[in-house]
Amino acid sequence: MFQVRFHGRGGQGVVTAAELLSVAAFREQRHAQAFPSFGSERTGAPVVSFCRIDDKEIRLREPIVEPDALIVQDPTLFKAVDVFQGLKADGYLLINSNRSIGELHLDSVTSRLPAGHALTVPASEIAQRHVGRPLPNAALLGAFAALVGLIDLKSVTAAIREAFPEKIAAANIAAATAAHAAVARAP
Amino acid sequence: MLKQIEGSRAMAEAIGLCRPEVICAYPITPQTHIVEGLGEMVRTGDLKNCEFINVESEFAALSVAIGASAAGARAYTATASQGLLYMAEAVYNASGLGLPIVMTLGNRAIGAPINIWNDHSDAMSMSDAGWMQLFAETNQEAADLHIQAFRLAEELSMPVMVCVDGFILTHAVERVDIPAQADVDAYLPPFEPVQVLDPKAPISIGAMVGPEAFTEVRYLQHYKQTLALRLIPEFAAEFRKSFGRDSGGLLRAYRTEDADLIVVAMGSVNGTIKDTIDEMRADGLRIGLVTLVSFRPFPTAALREKLTRARDIVVIEKSLAVGMGGPLANNVDLALRNVAAAPQVHSIIAGLGGRPITRASLHRALRRAFVQPWEGSHFLDLNEEIVAKELHHVRKVRRSGPTAENLLRRLGQGAEVAAVLEAAR
Repeated sequence: MFQVRFHGRGGQGVVTAAELLSVAAFREQRHAQAFPSFGSERTGAPVVSFCRIDDKEIRLREPIVEPDALIVQDPTLFKAVDVFQGLKADGYLLINSNRSIGELHLDSVTSRLPAGHALTVPASEIAQRHVGRPLPNAALLGAFAALVGLIDLKSVTAAIREAFPEKIAAANIAAATAAHAAVARAP
Repeated sequence: MLKQIEGSRAMAEAIGLCRPEVICAYPITPQTHIVEGLGEMVRTGDLKNCEFINVESEFAALSVAIGASAAGARAYTATASQGLLYMAEAVYNASGLGLPIVMTLGNRAIGAPINIWNDHSDAMSMSDAGWMQLFAETNQEAADLHIQAFRLAEELSMPVMVCVDGFILTHAVERVDIPAQADVDAYLPPFEPVQVLDPKAPISIGAMVGPEAFTEVRYLQHYKQTLALRLIPEFAAEFRKSFGRDSGGLLRAYRTEDADLIVVAMGSVNGTIKDTIDEMRADGLRIGLVTLVSFRPFPTAALREKLTRARDIVVIEKSLAVGMGGPLANNVDLALRNVAAAPQVHSIIAGLGGRPITRASLHRALRRAFVQPWEGSHFLDLNEEIVAKELHHVRKVRRSGPTAENLLRRLGQGAEVAAVLEAAR
């Protein structure tokens, strides 16, 4: 089982991101379970969502406490919440930021992970360019597909197409594809 | 058709396939997405021959369902928590009048303190109101139970509550096989009411009944539920034949054959318990699970048959009867009443107000049940530190203030998210 935890703020599409990832996994004939952290969601408040992916039925319904991957949609969360809690030693870390891991002072966290498992991607900027709004979730899913390799970009874009009206879907697919390419190019 | 779909949406589609003719509901979290989905299906014409009635309260919602059902329409509504309390009088009326309404309950805690999260307090508050109550383990089962519920309700002319864990099921996106309309039509015949308000053949429904017949009316209500003990497994078996999967029934046993200890639970927590049991089995502990689907009628005989060979029973439940303990544990005790050398029953109260029930906590509690079984109720993951501090404070200060506010102050800022992250430590 592969478990992904999303951290962000209310209004950033954190819950939608987990749902889209589950649909992408479903399209690859996998079992997937996406669920929100069920807080009283207010714009700007810290929000957590979860996605489990497996090749067999998923029975577990506890929150994800030992994620295989963390997707952080808002780097200002580090001061408010211990987002790294439980991250597995061989886990992945994907952060929405136009700054590097070093500039975010996260070397102490990422040095525990295998090389190439931690990455920042300017998802809000990419989204602003393609979608016209700084909604980083689709771009981060594209980047996730490139970083982890568990889910194909094609499945992510198909999930986006299924979820949104045509025009919005096309813009978000462009953002996901651009972020995917940016990560694939990264050393 | 297999879909990756939100639980609420899957339930809405399954309910739509049952061809309800009147839907009335008042929005309340976490049930809202279900009736929103149905409202949309009525508006777009995907659900035909159905009137969606917006009402001003939960009391009105069920009252309209009662009127519609009495007029011979297949009627559906949904609610949760305080909404169920607000319609309480109508809940008793629907069952007392013998009207086969199906209602989804998106299980949620009851205030005060106000809490929008999941537990089974709402279902328990109406467990003796004469409705049948079926609890879903997964969203597949949640969808399937609605189809069986209409069949069961109409066969007996008695209302059914389908209980689904709020958020945990209603807001989870997972794989659900949505049945084909033709298959549902074949399984669920059109509604043929046993009593109907018809201007062409006028009758009254709802007579005042004095001591001369009240006991008999109640007895017949109870008798119908004993009939349901036979019908529920029959309809589940027929469902399996038509749709190819196990959903519903009175209860399901998991790895109980040689079990020294058997857990009993209802609803979505059963999945987490199964994973925990597999891990404990791998360590050589002989432990099993009985998942109770039907809480009303309570399957006393079926449960007794599954439990009597065990040494200990641990009942895990998301509700608390204050001053008594766990209502499900109490009911399980009933199934073992007068059984010679009956197993010991131990109670765990867990998941109140949405507190996550984790494998880590279940491991601790269930391992303890093997070596050091307890009397009374064990409150899973109780924060003894803040409880002790509050008790101390109350003893020292007369005007000690409101409990909820005091506890929140002790926990401090950011406790909400921290609690989720701390859950399995």
